[in-house]
Amino acid sequence: MASEGGTLTSSEYISHHLTNLTFGKLSEGTTRYDGSVVGEGGTWTFAHGTEAADMGFWAINVDTMGWSIVLGVLFLWLFSKVAKTATSGVPGSTQNFVETIIEFVDENVKGIFHHKNPMIAPLSLTIFVWIFLMNTMDLIPVDWIPFIASEMGISYMKVVPTTDVNATAGMALSVFALIIYYSIKQKGLGGFLAELSFQPLGKWMLPFNLFLELVGLLAKPISLALRLFGNMYAGEMIFILIALLPFWAQWVLSVPWAIFHILVITLQAFIFMVLTIVYMAMAYDHH
Amino acid sequence: MNINLTIIGQAIAFFIFVVFCMKYVWPPLTAALAERKKKIAEGLDAADRAERDLQLAQEKATENMRKGKEEAAAVIEQANKRANQIIEEAKEKAVEEAGRVKAAATAELEQEVNQAREALRGQVATLALAGAEKILEASIDEKAHAQLVEKLAAEL
Repeated sequence: MASEGGTLTSSEYISHHLTNLTFGKLSEGTTRYDGSVVGEGGTWTFAHGTEAADMGFWAINVDTMGWSIVLGVLFLWLFSKVAKTATSGVPGSTQNFVETIIEFVDENVKGIFHHKNPMIAPLSLTIFVWIFLMNTMDLIPVDWIPFIASEMGISYMKVVPTTDVNATAGMALSVFALIIYYSIKQKGLGGFLAELSFQPLGKWMLPFNLFLELVGLLAKPISLALRLFGNMYAGEMIFILIALLPFWAQWVLSVPWAIFHILVITLQAFIFMVLTIVYMAMAYDHH
Repeated sequence: MNINLTIIGQAIAFFIFVVFCMKYVWPPLTAALAERKKKIAEGLDAADRAERDLQLAQEKATENMRKGKEEAAAVIEQANKRANQIIEEAKEKAVEEAGRVKAAATAELEQEVNQAREALRGQVATLALAGAEKILEASIDEKAHAQLVEKLAAEL
């Protein structure tokens, strides 16, 4: 849509595509995109342009939440439908497909996580399929859904939830919470703190150890969140840049990139899942 | 890239999805998989057993056949022996019978020859007497010559 009435410059087009549909409260006295000033008591509204930044923490990216929930529900609907009618006899094609994924995940979990925990496998399955589905939204041509949305009067629509750092960080922080929870549950609070304090260099180097271990611990969720976000954001960005080309030349780049991106999509979902399993295994293992 | 409430919303959604998956998706599917695995293992076991049974049955059948053949051979041999024996016995009996029949026939023959001879002798004596009478034309004193005639007849 680079040529749309010539009203949108390239950078405007790109930033438009990278802006979430954010709903939040603009505080009193904020100057809005059209030059008006927010009145007394502030106002709840959809952000326009850079207003999302002004809304601060108490705003929500409606598109990210919407798409991720739709995709999560799609995943659970399909899988629970199959699970309800699952037969130990000859499986149908859908059940076969679902079972392939289940076995793939189960194999990975069994290979890495050697303790008993009924939550790790479903957690890994949810992570893998959900992230895969969210990433797959990237393969839908970048203009289709935003165009439909704008026709419906919605000015911003970012369809790939994993290109929103909030989504990836939300999941990474959940995993981080689980790491802390199971670490304390398995080793006790004292054991967990001891693990942070007394290694790798013994108790006389406690501050150094603590610093090192805390950095290592905090790096886990941050790397999880940023790896996925960075990969998907960059991929999306390249699709947007390709979309700036004349329409008859786009396929030359977009097709190879999309094909390559299928790999990235799967790989990122897989990496997030495997790292989660590894972190959970580390939470269980005594060092 | 604004960090906002979405991060918490996403975490909540994630939590709900995981719990749902843990309750309604994972257990039934893995149960089905485990059960199928068990079924397949049982099937393979049954196939193995059937194969072993078949082999056993085949061995048994071969053994039975061998035994049957041996028995049949023994029976045939025995029958042959018995047949030969019967034939021998029959031959012996036949020879014996033939000897007996022959002896009886010989005895009868001899007897009849003797009888005939006796009869002939009597007749010859008479004939000779008659002939002599005729030759001599004279009446021979029967009493006087009876001894002579009898002597003659005995010589015949």
